[in-house]
Amino acid sequence: MIKELVVISGKGGTGKTSIVAALANLLNNKVLADCDVDAADLHLVLNPTLTEQEEFWSGKSASINSDKCTRCGKCLELCRYGAISKNFVIDKVACEGCGVCYYFCPAEAIDFTENMCGHMYVSTTSQGPMVHARLGIAEENSGKLVTMVRNKAREIAEEKGLDTILIDGPPGIGCPVIASITGANFVIAITEPTLSGIHDLERVAGLAKHFDIPLSVIINKSDINKEMSQHIKDKCNEMKINVLGEIPYDEAITKAQIQGLDLIRYNSASPAAEVLKNIASDIKDLLPFLKE
Amino acid sequence: MRIAIASGKGGTGKTTVATNLAFYLKHFDNTDVTLIDCDVEEPNSHIFLRPDCQEPKVITVPVPVVQEDLCTACGKCAEICQFNAIACVKEKVLIFPELCHGCGGCLLVCPTGAITEKQREIGVVENGKGKEIKLVYGRLHVGEAMSPPLIRAAKEFSPVTADEIQLIDCPPGTSCPVITAVSESDFVLLVTEPTPFGLNDLKLAVEMVRILDIPFAVGINRSTADNNIVQDYCRTEGIPVILNIPHDRRIAEAYSTGKLILESLPEYHEQFSQVLGYIKGVLS
Amino acid sequence: MKIAISSKGNTLESATDPRFGRAQQFIIYDLDNGTHSTFNNTQNLTSSHGAGIQTAQNIINAGADLVITGNVGPNAFNVLNSAGVKIYLTSGLTVQEAIEKYKKGELENVSSNTVEGHWV
Repeated sequence: MIKELVVISGKGGTGKTSIVAALANLLNNKVLADCDVDAADLHLVLNPTLTEQEEFWSGKSASINSDKCTRCGKCLELCRYGAISKNFVIDKVACEGCGVCYYFCPAEAIDFTENMCGHMYVSTTSQGPMVHARLGIAEENSGKLVTMVRNKAREIAEEKGLDTILIDGPPGIGCPVIASITGANFVIAITEPTLSGIHDLERVAGLAKHFDIPLSVIINKSDINKEMSQHIKDKCNEMKINVLGEIPYDEAITKAQIQGLDLIRYNSASPAAEVLKNIASDIKDLLPFLKE
Repeated sequence: MRIAIASGKGGTGKTTVATNLAFYLKHFDNTDVTLIDCDVEEPNSHIFLRPDCQEPKVITVPVPVVQEDLCTACGKCAEICQFNAIACVKEKVLIFPELCHGCGGCLLVCPTGAITEKQREIGVVENGKGKEIKLVYGRLHVGEAMSPPLIRAAKEFSPVTADEIQLIDCPPGTSCPVITAVSESDFVLLVTEPTPFGLNDLKLAVEMVRILDIPFAVGINRSTADNNIVQDYCRTEGIPVILNIPHDRRIAEAYSTGKLILESLPEYHEQFSQVLGYIKGVLS
Repeated sequence: MKIAISSKGNTLESATDPRFGRAQQFIIYDLDNGTHSTFNNTQNLTSSHGAGIQTAQNIINAGADLVITGNVGPNAFNVLNSAGVKIYLTSGLTVQEAIEKYKKGELENVSSNTVEGHWV
């Protein structure tokens, strides 16, 4: 039985990826999946060797074939995104891919083709296989891409007989996050003791509750504002959410990243590493009890 | 003049830079300033400026409505819609407004004229004054996915005037919402932190600004003396670094309670003065 | 009568997929003669958003009268409901086990969506 653990955070920059990298070192028999595709950083501390890549296609975009174009101006008139210039060239960044120009061009001068928006990669790392992705500029992460990464990770887990999938989830609580947690077995939310941290945690908790997936919280940099940390713990208590641990502000986290290492490899005795070791051991104890 | 503050990844200190730069302009440089927070999914600037807000302005987008007595359930509207916002099953057309991009294709394609449009609320634009700084910010309603129209509305709410400086606090990343926020700016300040993650995401942001062809520079947050990875990259690429906010625990503590750096630690005003001096120099 | 079951594989022994809109495959099982076919749902999804709606539309086009899956969002529910397709929920079973349970009348029928769709 394969268990999928997803690490998420409401806002960016809470240390999510560093925590995932440390957990990757501490958990056994796992596949890693980086679903934080807008800021895919996990590979920077895991030194992956690429073994496989696949194109990612999503949505469509229009382009004008200047040989056929009669410059009648119909597309200019119909496009609501101002994506067509007076010289009849389509601005790829402004084009939303609605296809209106394509459908209504009387000269059939517009091509409307699927968009290659990035790549998905499979790599080997010292911590096991990893699935990750990279998008082109102006492309956005989507439920589709997240699902593709997760499916690939599951395929690899089945093939290699690995029983855990550790997912670095996207920030926010939009469509990609939903796609990263639906059908998963356990969600870990990383938060910081800040005003925005509390606000985001509430929204994330609502999401996990709705999908009926067990949620635990890790408070990162907990000693930056002890009062606020206490407030988060009280809130969690109120919402019946387990706090897996409080990671103190620790320079070693940044230093490990600068060395291109996960925290445990960099310094397994640092204060944050000690807490993460306890967290990982708690997660290992929990794994057999997670429902499908 | 309009200056956008952007970053490839979240949590690098974009809002910190935007709010402090605004505070510097007003209180140290005596310049009128409007801060437009375009991070409409997670607007945070107001936490630091605490404005007294006026009546919010409701922002809407057009969505289709089907007039059932005219509809023949031919399915053409569902076919043209690229966003899965229309389904046609068993003689009935279903509309999913939250997926609609408002392109108007269904209206145009409907052979019986059964589709019209109505306006649907996606969020509000708030405006007010806090710490003597004019703040405009968009707030997307929970459950909405379409932020670019709201970002455009926030920017249009406060047109650029000759005697003030406008600062745009952008959403993180390099996708559509960021591009909507950054476009029509005179200058972009990319905020990053000196870590491999920060550098990796900065590179993506640089690629984006180069495509948009807007003059830009880099600001480094939480910089340390012993780590030059961002400086080294910027030197190689010929990108000026015009702001250095040192790694100072007191700043993180001020942030966690919703205070500006320049309120708690006014000695940092020199840093922001340099930013302004540089940008004015480039644009004059 | 045809049942569409969201599945992680293409055999009756495969595990059911708790996701609806982004399920990997659907097994279309014909109750009248016990035969089944599969369709790969990932290939059908061209758009980044609205997977539930498109999947529901595809299932209806495949002639299914009822769906067995893990969760259904409000959009997919609306489409299925409008077409009179009934929805039954399951978790942790194989496709075959889910069909058997359905036959015995042991699966939960849903009369409204089980999960919210878009959270932002």
